[in-house]
Amino acid sequence: MFELTVISPVLLWTAIAIYAASFVAYAFDLARRSQVAAEVRAVRTPELVGVGAASGGAQTPPASDTAPAPRFVMARIGTSLMVLGWVFHLAATVTRSISAGRVPWANLYEFAMIGTLLIVAVYLVVLVRVDLRFLGTFIAGLVVVLLGLAATNFYVDVTPLMDPLKSVWLIIHVFVASLSTAFFSLAFALSVLQLMQSRRERLIAEKAEKTGPGFLRTLPASDRLESMAYRFAIIGFILWTFTLIAGSIWAQDAWGRYWGFDVKETWTFVIWVIYAGYIHARATRGWRGNPSAWLSIVGFSAVIFNFTIVNVFFKGLHAYSGLS
Amino acid sequence: MTTESTDPLRPSDHVDGDDSITQPRLGFVGWLRWGWRQLTSMRTALILLLVLAIAAIPGSIFPQRMADPNGVTQWQRDNPDLFPVLDALKMFDVYLSPWFSAIYLLLFTSLVGCVIPRIKHHAKALRSRPPRTPARLRRLADFRAVERVSTDAAADAASAVDIAQKQLKALGYRVERYDDKRSFSVSAERGYWRETGNLLFHIALVGVLVTVGVGGGFAYTGQRVLVEGETFANTLLDYDSMNRGRFVGDGALTPYSMRLDSFDVTYQPFGEPGSGQAGDFSANMTVSENGDERTGSVRVNHPLDIAGDKIYLLGNGYAPTITVRNAEGDVVYRNSVPFLPQDNNLFSLGIVKVTDGMPEQLGIRGLFYPTTGVLESGAFFAAYPDLTNPTLTLDVFEGDLGINNGDPKSVYVLDTTDLTQLTGRAVGKDSIELSPGETADLPNGLGTVTFEDESPEGATDMSQSVKRFASLQIHHDQSSVWVLVFALLALGGLMLALFVPRRRVWVKASAGEDAVSIEYAGLARGEDPTLAAAVDDLVAGHARLLDAAGVTAARPVAEPDDPAPAASDTPKVD
Repeated sequence: MFELTVISPVLLWTAIAIYAASFVAYAFDLARRSQVAAEVRAVRTPELVGVGAASGGAQTPPASDTAPAPRFVMARIGTSLMVLGWVFHLAATVTRSISAGRVPWANLYEFAMIGTLLIVAVYLVVLVRVDLRFLGTFIAGLVVVLLGLAATNFYVDVTPLMDPLKSVWLIIHVFVASLSTAFFSLAFALSVLQLMQSRRERLIAEKAEKTGPGFLRTLPASDRLESMAYRFAIIGFILWTFTLIAGSIWAQDAWGRYWGFDVKETWTFVIWVIYAGYIHARATRGWRGNPSAWLSIVGFSAVIFNFTIVNVFFKGLHAYSGLS
Repeated sequence: MTTESTDPLRPSDHVDGDDSITQPRLGFVGWLRWGWRQLTSMRTALILLLVLAIAAIPGSIFPQRMADPNGVTQWQRDNPDLFPVLDALKMFDVYLSPWFSAIYLLLFTSLVGCVIPRIKHHAKALRSRPPRTPARLRRLADFRAVERVSTDAAADAASAVDIAQKQLKALGYRVERYDDKRSFSVSAERGYWRETGNLLFHIALVGVLVTVGVGGGFAYTGQRVLVEGETFANTLLDYDSMNRGRFVGDGALTPYSMRLDSFDVTYQPFGEPGSGQAGDFSANMTVSENGDERTGSVRVNHPLDIAGDKIYLLGNGYAPTITVRNAEGDVVYRNSVPFLPQDNNLFSLGIVKVTDGMPEQLGIRGLFYPTTGVLESGAFFAAYPDLTNPTLTLDVFEGDLGINNGDPKSVYVLDTTDLTQLTGRAVGKDSIELSPGETADLPNGLGTVTFEDESPEGATDMSQSVKRFASLQIHHDQSSVWVLVFALLALGGLMLALFVPRRRVWVKASAGEDAVSIEYAGLARGEDPTLAAAVDDLVAGHARLLDAAGVTAARPVAEPDDPAPAASDTPKVD
C-alpha cells in the first residue's frame, strides 16, 4: 500500500512530462503546417489558389503532381507521445484506485485525474476515425495545465470516503459527468477553431492581405468544423442530462431531496441550459455559425468554472474537493 | 423614430408611428397573434433559455433561504447595508422570485406554443406517404448513378425497383412507388422517431415542471432532533419544524412512532490520513406502526421507509444531560440538551433555559469539548470528535429570557438583552467547568448544576458518558417517482431527437436500349452526418441483391468510379 501511494504521483508526473513533450511536438506541427501551406501555395499557380478559396478556401488542396502530399511528422510524434502519456496516466489512476480501494474519483485531485484521462481517451479514440490532430496542441495543453494544477494544488492523501459518497451513484454519476466534460472539451476546441476559420474565410472573401494563422489552411472549412463540434456537443449534452438525473437520484437518497439548488446543482443546471441553447441556436436562423460557436465556448467555460472555482471556493453540499 | 413627442396632448414617452412605412393595421386580435407568434418563435425560446441560465447564477453566489437559511442570516450580519436592497430584489430567494418564475413560465409557454403545432404537423406527417420522386435526382447532393446490362430493360427496371423497395422497407423506410411507362421509382422516408423524440423530450419537460409544481402541494418535509432514548410520534406537534404543501391537511400524517435506540459513528483514528473524519453513521430506531414493532436504521444514502415517509439522517452531535437544582436542592431542570456542532471535532454549543423554580429565570450557555485540548493561553479546544475526556463549560445568565410574551424563540439561541451574566470571561469570573458526573455550585448561592454521566454500569472509560442526538428529516413526496419517469422520458426523447437521422431516399430505374440506368439519391432532413455513407451502402446492397436475383448484370468494363465522398471529408493528411 505504501509503495502505491508513492508510485501513483510519480507515474502522474511522468505522464505530465510526456504530455508536455506531446504539446511541444503538436505545437511544432502547427508551425510546420503554416510552412507547408505556404509552400503549397507558392508551388501552385495563383488561379488554383483562387479556386480553392472560392470553394470554401479551407480544404487542403488535394495532392497534386506539383506538390507532394504533406506528411505531418511532428503530429505523428505528438500523437505517439500522447498515447504513451496516457498509458502512464492510466497507470497513475489505477494505482491510486488500488491504494484507495475504491473508484479513483472521490476528491478534486482524483476528479482532475479521471477527467483529463477521459479527455485524452476520447480524443485518441476519435483519432481512429477522424483526423483531429490539429486539436492536439489544445488537448495536450489543457491536460498539462489541469493535471499540473491538480498535482500541485489539489493533491490530497488517500482518505476514507465520507458517508454520502458511499454509494453506487458515485461510480455512475461522477464518471458520466467526467466523460461528458471530455466531449464538451473537444466541442469547445472545434468551436474555437471554427471561429478562427470563419474569420479567415471572411478575410479571404474580402481579399484581405493577411488571413490569420497559416495552419488554418490545412484545417477543414468552418462549417465542417461546426458540424463536428456539434456532434461532440450533443453527445456531451446527453451525458450531461444523464448526469443531472443520476445526481438527482443520488441527492434524493443522500440529502433527502432530488433538487435543492445547491451551488453545484445550480451550475450543472446553468451548463445544461447553455448547451440546450447551443443546440437550439443551431436550428435558429441568424444563430448558426459564429453565435452558436460562442455558446459552445461559453458552455465549456462554465464547465471549467464549475469544476474548479465552484469546487474550491463556493460553499455547498458538493464539498468533496478534499481540500481544507 | 424619435421618442420626443411633438404633440402637447401626448404623454412625453409617446412614440409616433413612422409614417414612411405603411403597414397593415393590426387589430387587438392581430396584436395578440403577433405577440404569440413572437413568443413561440425559436429565437425567443433561445433568448429565454439564455436569460434563464443567467438568472440562475445569482442563486449560486448568494446564500438561498431554501437551501442555506443560516448562510442568509450570516450574510445579513456581514453586509447590513446591502442586505435590504438585495433582499428586495429576491437575491436570497432567487428560485421562488417573481422574475425567475416569469422567465421559466414564459419559456414553458413558448415551448408549449411551439410544440402544439408541431404535434399536429407531425401527426399528419406520420399518416402521409413519402412524396413523389423528384424529376431530377441528379440535383441532390447525395446522388449516385449506375448502369446495368439488361436483355429486357423495361421488365428489369421494374423488378430492380421492386427489389429496392423491399430492401428499403427492410431498412425501416416507409416506401411508396411512383411508376410511369419507362421509368420506375420508389420514394422512401425514415426517421420519424427523430421528431417523435423531439416532441417527447419537450412534453416530458413540461411533465417534469407540472409534476414538481403539483407534487410539491402534496409533499411535506419535517425535521426532528432525537436524543438517544427519545421517541418521536408522527403528529404535527412533535416536529421541530415542518414545511408542508398547500394540499396537505392536518390529518394527512400517518400515525406511527419511532424511538432512537442508539446512534453509531466511527472516527478515523489519530495519526491516520483523515484523522477524526466521521463515518458509518447509523441511527438505530425502533418503529411502532399499527401496533407492530420493528427495528430499522437510518443511514446516509439509506433512508428508512415508514408508511410512505422517508426518514433521512441530516446531522448528529452530542446531547449532554444537565441537571439544575435550586437552593433548596429541588430539581428545576433536567434534560439531555442537543448541542450544535461548531467544527469537525464536534466542539459544540448548547443553551439551557430554566424558566421556573428559581428566583429569576436562568439562561446557561454551554460549550462542549468531547476530547478536550488546552491551548497555551489556557483556552479549551476540541482535539478529536470522539469522547475521550469530555468537558462542559457553562456561562450562567440571570434575568428575563424573553419567552413569556409568546414570541417564538429558537431553543439554540440565548437572547441576552434582559439577562445579567454571572459567570464567564466577559464578567471576569471563571466559567463553570464540568466533567461527566461532576456537580458545581451556581453563583450567588442559586443552587447547583450537574453534568450527568450517562455511562452504563461498569464502564471503564468516558466513551459512553454523553448521549448523542440524531437530526432526522421526515420527507413525504410521492411525486418524485413521477418526476423521475418524466426525466427519463425526456432523456429517451433527447437521444431519439439527436441520434435518429431523418432522411428521404429515392431509387429510380429507367429502361434504356439494352441497359437499365439506376439512380439513387438521399436528402437529409435535419442534421445527418451519415447520409452519404447510407446512400453508398444502399447502392452496394442493391447491387448485391440484383446480382443474387439475376436481374440485370453489372457492366463488364469497369466504369470510372464515382468518387463518393466518405462519411468524413476531413482531409487525411499524412
